[in-house]
Amino acid sequence: MISFEARKKAGNLMMFTLTGFCAVTTIGVLLLILGYLVWHGAAALSWSFFTRLPAPVGEPGGGMANAIVGTGKILLLASCIGMPIGFLGGVYVAELAGKGSASVIRYVADLLNGVPSIVIGIVVYTLVVRRMHHFSALAGGIALGIMMIPIAVRSTEEFLRAVPTSLREGGLALGRPRWRVIASVVIPAALGGIMSGIMLNIARVAGETAPLLFTSLNNQFWSPGWNQPSAALPVMIFTYAISPYEDWHQQAWAAGFVLLMMVLVVNIGARLVLTRGRFVPRG
Amino acid sequence: MSGGETATMAPGLDGGAAKPSLMQRLRTGDAIARAVVQSAAGAVVLITLLVVFELYTGSSLSRARFGWRFIVTQTWDPVAGEFGALPFIYGTVVTSIVAIAIAIPQGIGSAVFLAELAPRRLSDFLTFLIELLAAVPSVLYGLLGIFVLVPFLQAHVVPLLQHVLGFLPIFKGRFYGVSYFSAGIVLSIMIVPFIVSVSREVLLAVPTEQREAALAVGASRWQTTYKVVWPNAARGILGSVFLALARALGETMAVTMVIGNTPRVNTSLLAPGYSIAAVIANEFTEATGDLYVSALIELGLVLFAVTFIVNGLARLLIVATTIQAGAVA
Repeated sequence: MISFEARKKAGNLMMFTLTGFCAVTTIGVLLLILGYLVWHGAAALSWSFFTRLPAPVGEPGGGMANAIVGTGKILLLASCIGMPIGFLGGVYVAELAGKGSASVIRYVADLLNGVPSIVIGIVVYTLVVRRMHHFSALAGGIALGIMMIPIAVRSTEEFLRAVPTSLREGGLALGRPRWRVIASVVIPAALGGIMSGIMLNIARVAGETAPLLFTSLNNQFWSPGWNQPSAALPVMIFTYAISPYEDWHQQAWAAGFVLLMMVLVVNIGARLVLTRGRFVPRG
Repeated sequence: MSGGETATMAPGLDGGAAKPSLMQRLRTGDAIARAVVQSAAGAVVLITLLVVFELYTGSSLSRARFGWRFIVTQTWDPVAGEFGALPFIYGTVVTSIVAIAIAIPQGIGSAVFLAELAPRRLSDFLTFLIELLAAVPSVLYGLLGIFVLVPFLQAHVVPLLQHVLGFLPIFKGRFYGVSYFSAGIVLSIMIVPFIVSVSREVLLAVPTEQREAALAVGASRWQTTYKVVWPNAARGILGSVFLALARALGETMAVTMVIGNTPRVNTSLLAPGYSIAAVIANEFTEATGDLYVSALIELGLVLFAVTFIVNGLARLLIVATTIQAGAVA
């Protein structure tokens, strides 16, 4: 007969091992994924990847300079749209809104955040592409900009709320108007967090492919201005990966490596900056 | 996720005795500042409404033509103008079920280990790593899916699976690599980090006193977890599962790359299929004719509605747990 005490110990040990095994395999898969992408991607990478245009099928070499610039342009535009709206919306929710309207905005932001990215693509297609009658970098930027808004609202709000109320009271007690207190006391106190949130947000949409498929489309050449279809790294990876050409597969790995490095560097950097490090935008 | 309890804090500044008049507030700039941030918040609401409105009006042609038949018929024939969404809905649901079935034990097991059993510093570090996994763009999961996972399944996993469980209808038939099964596995890898990260938060929100009380009467760490922490956290953990499910349902790129893109309903998981998001991604730019586009937009509407419901359930469950934990504390 096994004693109660021994059964307790055995059960404890067993569950410790079992759940530990889950955690180890989860981490193992992560390391496998990162390791494989880095190993395979770095091997396929060359200097011309950053400087040359895509080569036609069958010709060796070539690069994705246009896609790197395209991704940069689209992200710049997306930030110009998504950041001000999201940031100011977050300020409203955290500092000025009443309880009711704050929870409405918060609910709506969560709702928008839950919309699948491909659906955002459809909506921007009907709103922008159909009206302009052509695909454009502009439409791509708008799509990613919309995707940035909900996370920007929630992370700005979260970091502003972490600022102690006594700081606000101190500012108000000096007789300053409320907006001055918010702008020169509350926001600076939360700036580190807000900036990290912005970086994480940009890194998140940088890898989005689905909303770009029918907004910025793709382009094998340079795309001057905002009104023409534009290449972007994630779309290039998709197009090249599903193509039947071995040369293109290698380019896809190289592009995957570059994209992964961008995303990881920003993520690790931003998370290290976050002293509290607890809030992580989901998405 | 945890915004509820702090909502009473900031508006406390409003409670002055005499409210300043509008003129005073204009002079100090408060009214202008309020108008600016309020219109930004209004824009958030407006954009969300616009999303719903565009999906609804954009799909009107298809809705009028097919009605509810759209979601139960199987024929997807753009040339004949016949559009039935069942193969895509089926594919989306089946791949998500496969993903969830794998990710639930894996994710919750990891979360329990990280929150309850592992030393705190190790747990923080491992969680940091797992959350990095959530930041990897989905197109990269698709890339690995095509070139690494599919060949691996084809060479090692599926032969074994068919040898052991081949009598089951879901594992019958030839395996070409791209399939519901492959898409489900890729999805499961993608959603585990969400389950881990949210479930761990929920578990950590259970007050420490409760654990101490159980440990003090002689319970082991596991007994404490199972008998005391789990009942408090169960609803929130279910919420994390719904959250992950919503992501799996809406995921586009990784699924498009490994599901096989064949618009047919097939009972075998090893057969190629299609999903809602994948068909939109593949056919939207090529769609000719208003009805075709309208049918694709209606698919978007269906996807939106499903993820809306699942996300709503997730939020309800998570909020309920957080409030409950707060009340106990």
